[in-house]
Amino acid sequence: MGERLLDVKNLVTSFRTADGTLQAVRDVSFHVDKGETLCIVGESGCGKSITSLSVMRLLPSNGSIESGEILLNGEPLQNLSNEQMRKIRGNRLSMIFQEPMTALNPVLTIGYQLREPLMLHHKVSKAEASKQGIELLRQVGIPNPEKRLNQYPHELSGGMRQRVMIAMALSCHPSLLIADEPTTALDVTIQAQILDLIKDLKEKLNMGVLMITHDMGVVAEVADRVMVMYAGKKIEEGPVEEIFTNPSHPYTLGLLHSVPNVDDPEFELEPIPGNMPGLNEQISGCRFHPRCKFAMDKCKVTEPPNFKVSNGHSAMCWLNEKEAEKDESSGRVTVES
Amino acid sequence: MLALIIRRIMQLAFLLFGISFLVFSSMYIAPGNPAAIIGGPTATAEDIAAIEANLGLDDPFLTQYVRYVSNAVQGDFGYSYQTSQPVADAIAVRFPNTLKLAIASMIVAVVIGIITGLVSALKQNSLLDVSATTFALAGISIPNFWLGALLILVFSVNLQWLPVGGMTNPFYTLAGIKELILPAITLGTGSAAMIARMTRSSMLEVIRADYVRTARAKGVREKNVIWIHTLKNAMIPIITVIGLNFGFLLGGTIITEKVFAINGVGRLMIDAIAARDFPMVQGSVLLVATLFVVVNLLVDIIYTYIDPRIKFD
Repeated sequence: MGERLLDVKNLVTSFRTADGTLQAVRDVSFHVDKGETLCIVGESGCGKSITSLSVMRLLPSNGSIESGEILLNGEPLQNLSNEQMRKIRGNRLSMIFQEPMTALNPVLTIGYQLREPLMLHHKVSKAEASKQGIELLRQVGIPNPEKRLNQYPHELSGGMRQRVMIAMALSCHPSLLIADEPTTALDVTIQAQILDLIKDLKEKLNMGVLMITHDMGVVAEVADRVMVMYAGKKIEEGPVEEIFTNPSHPYTLGLLHSVPNVDDPEFELEPIPGNMPGLNEQISGCRFHPRCKFAMDKCKVTEPPNFKVSNGHSAMCWLNEKEAEKDESSGRVTVES
Repeated sequence: MLALIIRRIMQLAFLLFGISFLVFSSMYIAPGNPAAIIGGPTATAEDIAAIEANLGLDDPFLTQYVRYVSNAVQGDFGYSYQTSQPVADAIAVRFPNTLKLAIASMIVAVVIGIITGLVSALKQNSLLDVSATTFALAGISIPNFWLGALLILVFSVNLQWLPVGGMTNPFYTLAGIKELILPAITLGTGSAAMIARMTRSSMLEVIRADYVRTARAKGVREKNVIWIHTLKNAMIPIITVIGLNFGFLLGGTIITEKVFAINGVGRLMIDAIAARDFPMVQGSVLLVATLFVVVNLLVDIIYTYIDPRIKFD
């Protein structure tokens, strides 16, 4: 891996609402290297999609990046003008969305939508764009691509539409692909095909991929590294093997326990009690403590810093404070029901 | 497409049949005897009976209706009780004026309505939006006879820029255009307001759609995001409102033609109702109904061009 592609530092994104300004992303930092897949995992509403939309600078009109830095190949995106940013989107930075059913424009042909980024960013003629479009459709495994160009999205199945989305996103060979739950709306066999496709294309084009998902199965399939978010915060980050074998935040552990395991007949699903707090809820200390069965007195008062667990693996939880201290404190652990 | 058109034309035949029956029976039930009106205040009972016999008004209702329909399908819509002129001729003379007025009003309504709606959607909650929404509310609320009178007062009487009324010059001459301006604004304002409101809400809905975000994510220029990715999708409900408004416009010509002294079908209809001139009322109503159906057929055809998901097979 190595070369740094995307670097997000201390990102804070907030929304103006009737209840005042609410922070959806709170001081989140992460990076994606060339040829690497980073998965952002978390429940609905944890801020993972807003994090990716912040990177794209496509936040809804009442949202804004309050502070922090977003660097793409070392270039700060937050200072670019709208026009400069537009030239990067779809070109060096691409995104595919959750719902292939609604993410394609229903009244424009596949061909039109596919040619658009090519003609915009690569300034090719319509005929050349069509030629490249056919090639792209072939690349993402769409049979009969010539015919597809003149079809409309409603004439294609969900899986096909997601392939078209991927073809569109990859048309200008982006260095970073952001995929916001690209398989959530698809059935399982199609999911696997789409994930394989993204994986193949990533290797072929040496892209960085930022994959947003709530599905630990998807994480296991595609991730090199994982970042777990909870209520707008990054709570754990590490290589995928580490996260699965040595989860160091009770929330990550909870997420893993809520995935069925078909190999282990003894395995019982264990849901995380309670609900994610609303954006406007004031919680002192660790934001997860009301739902955490390991919560200590300290957790209710002081927010944990980012503790290093091992190389490249860190977690925001007092349980990781220090091996020695953790042993001492084990007597103080209070178990909440 | 051809199947749709043929099916609609067949539906139209049934519809016109029903409408003619409704109008015929309501005129029959309505108080006031046409024969008495034709005969005048000095006519005796014998005179009136003679006129009734002459016009066939003493026949039973169904006989009269069947006679009317069988003549009508052969293109004979009868003769005016007042002037003895063939109904078809009387309408043919006045129809171009009404059509001119309706089309000019529709242009006013569509242009003002869509532009206002777009501006207020794109600058949501701005001062422009608030003034556009206020205009729309006012436009819907103001009765057009009052607006017409006010416009005449300001632009014709005080400023003397435009004629007070009448429609005698061809529409392609300057005088013809000047004659059209005030009536078209009078009649088109209400529809403009309705189109503006629909454009605003439809645009606001579409602009939040996922595919618009996709377009932005591809780096599409904002101008194209609005004109190509958003507006085309937002047009479906707008076209529907435009089609429906054409019907209201045709109804509205009655008042506008009266206010601006335009010799059109609307005024003809009103005068015919007052004089119990049954054949004339029938003929004008059937014409307006046909127009309404044809316009809505056009709307349906336009749908299929805007939205490929809509098919009539």
